[in-house]
Amino acid sequence: MDTKNLVLRTKFMDRLCHWTMVACFFLVALSGISWFFPSLNWLGYVLGPPQMARLLHPFLGITVFVLLMCMCVRFVHHNLFVRTDITWFRHIVDVLMNKHGEKLQIGKYNAGQKILFWGIMSLISLLLVSGLMIWRAYFAMYFPIPVVRLALLAHSVAGLGLILLVLGHIYMGIWVRGSIGGMVTGYVSRAWARQHHDRWYEEEILPAETSSAKRPH
Amino acid sequence: MSMQSQDIIRRSATNGLTPSPQARRHEQEVAKLIDVSLCTGCKGCQVACSEWNDLRDEVGHNVGVYDNPADLTAETWTVIRFDEVEDEGGKLEWLLRKEGCMHCEDPGCLKACPSPGAILQFANGIVDFQSEQCIGCGYCIAGCPFDIPRINSKDNKAYKCTLCADRVAVGQEPACVKTCPTGAISFGSKAEMKDLAQTRVEDLKSRGHEGAGLYDPPGVGGTHVMYVLTHADNPTLYHRLPAEPHISPVVRGWKEWLKPAGALGFIATLAGAFAHYMAVGPNSTDETAPEVPEKELVEAGEKPDQNRRDA
Repeated sequence: MDTKNLVLRTKFMDRLCHWTMVACFFLVALSGISWFFPSLNWLGYVLGPPQMARLLHPFLGITVFVLLMCMCVRFVHHNLFVRTDITWFRHIVDVLMNKHGEKLQIGKYNAGQKILFWGIMSLISLLLVSGLMIWRAYFAMYFPIPVVRLALLAHSVAGLGLILLVLGHIYMGIWVRGSIGGMVTGYVSRAWARQHHDRWYEEEILPAETSSAKRPH
Repeated sequence: MSMQSQDIIRRSATNGLTPSPQARRHEQEVAKLIDVSLCTGCKGCQVACSEWNDLRDEVGHNVGVYDNPADLTAETWTVIRFDEVEDEGGKLEWLLRKEGCMHCEDPGCLKACPSPGAILQFANGIVDFQSEQCIGCGYCIAGCPFDIPRINSKDNKAYKCTLCADRVAVGQEPACVKTCPTGAISFGSKAEMKDLAQTRVEDLKSRGHEGAGLYDPPGVGGTHVMYVLTHADNPTLYHRLPAEPHISPVVRGWKEWLKPAGALGFIATLAGAFAHYMAVGPNSTDETAPEVPEKELVEAGEKPDQNRRDA
């Protein structure tokens, strides 16, 4: 791939982690929806007969949790809130209306993406804990029934919240042209980086390129 | 059991828009009446239940109480509970209760079940599990106000008393009723059983059991297994029989509030995203834009266009 006018945004291992997680999440979310909305029972058949879906759902859920925790470790330092995030929030309407006038001092991830990051990480943790508590085959018998009821409710709330967040994430990927390709190949164009993550481009990409250019070959 | 296929009034995980076959809704409501004052704790009902339903639970261990097995299991659908109680005068009383599914009019198991048709409620009031539809999630256990269903670790299916739906369908009484040697268990129409209970309660009261009464808890819409209790004013004495059983508000909130709210959430999110895309269009990048930093443009006297979509 000719990467002369491109910049590397996401490394191979991170992309692999992300898309493996996507595949598992797709299956675990659809089977979860099939039980929460029984009218959408047919969605559960992505995992085979309903009994098979019930069997696989918790294992896939744990896989999603583990992969997300790997991503958490890899990405957390880019997702800590910083002072310039206020600028993004102040221009939230311009951002959503597709007006790219001012520089918003956006780092590797914008403030909305950071909210998504922390939302995903907290909801998947809640899903893991509540999910273990309602896992009938192995753990549910160790918890009193009123606690299992609360865990079922918490699992549903967290699952719904996470799926809705992810729908928003998918929409943003479709809306912001170049991002899905960026997550597949790892590369985005210079113009894309400047437009959507100006501070990241100026503080991390340009200095790295300048220093490597200065280095004698 | 699927012997009654045309008189189903409730079917798990389906809604009223697609009702079940109900050509025989005129069927009479049945009930089993258990008179604890007549029970001797012989466990004949347990044996009859296992025999008719062809259940062979593992022989357990003596854990120091008369309850045997110590709890309901996926292969023991009824257990006689033995509770020793002392009254104010220090007089010991042995309270016996045949525990099993109560066949609620408003069944919590059926409300919680996510698998279409895995739990059915028939017009005669029997609530029955359809094992081939059961997925083994255990939601029925969380839904039940009486802690009755049990998952079998051998096949991951939930089991409980069927009220001998197969016998009742062909006009016979449940096996436990047929076998009870003291006549403590009766079976008939719900109205008949309430009348019988009334007679028994009056008799018990006349013999000094002031607290005698019928246990047919209204919190679950009444049950199709009822008790005549000598201490109906304090049912919890009988191995924690709930005084006011009802479907947990947590389960109701989950099924009656969160579900529609979640559906609205999905519709709002998808519709919002689509409307946004139609209104604003794609957020694309102009790759042909000159690579001049904005600062220099401003210094050169050019103002950046507020509406342009590129960098």
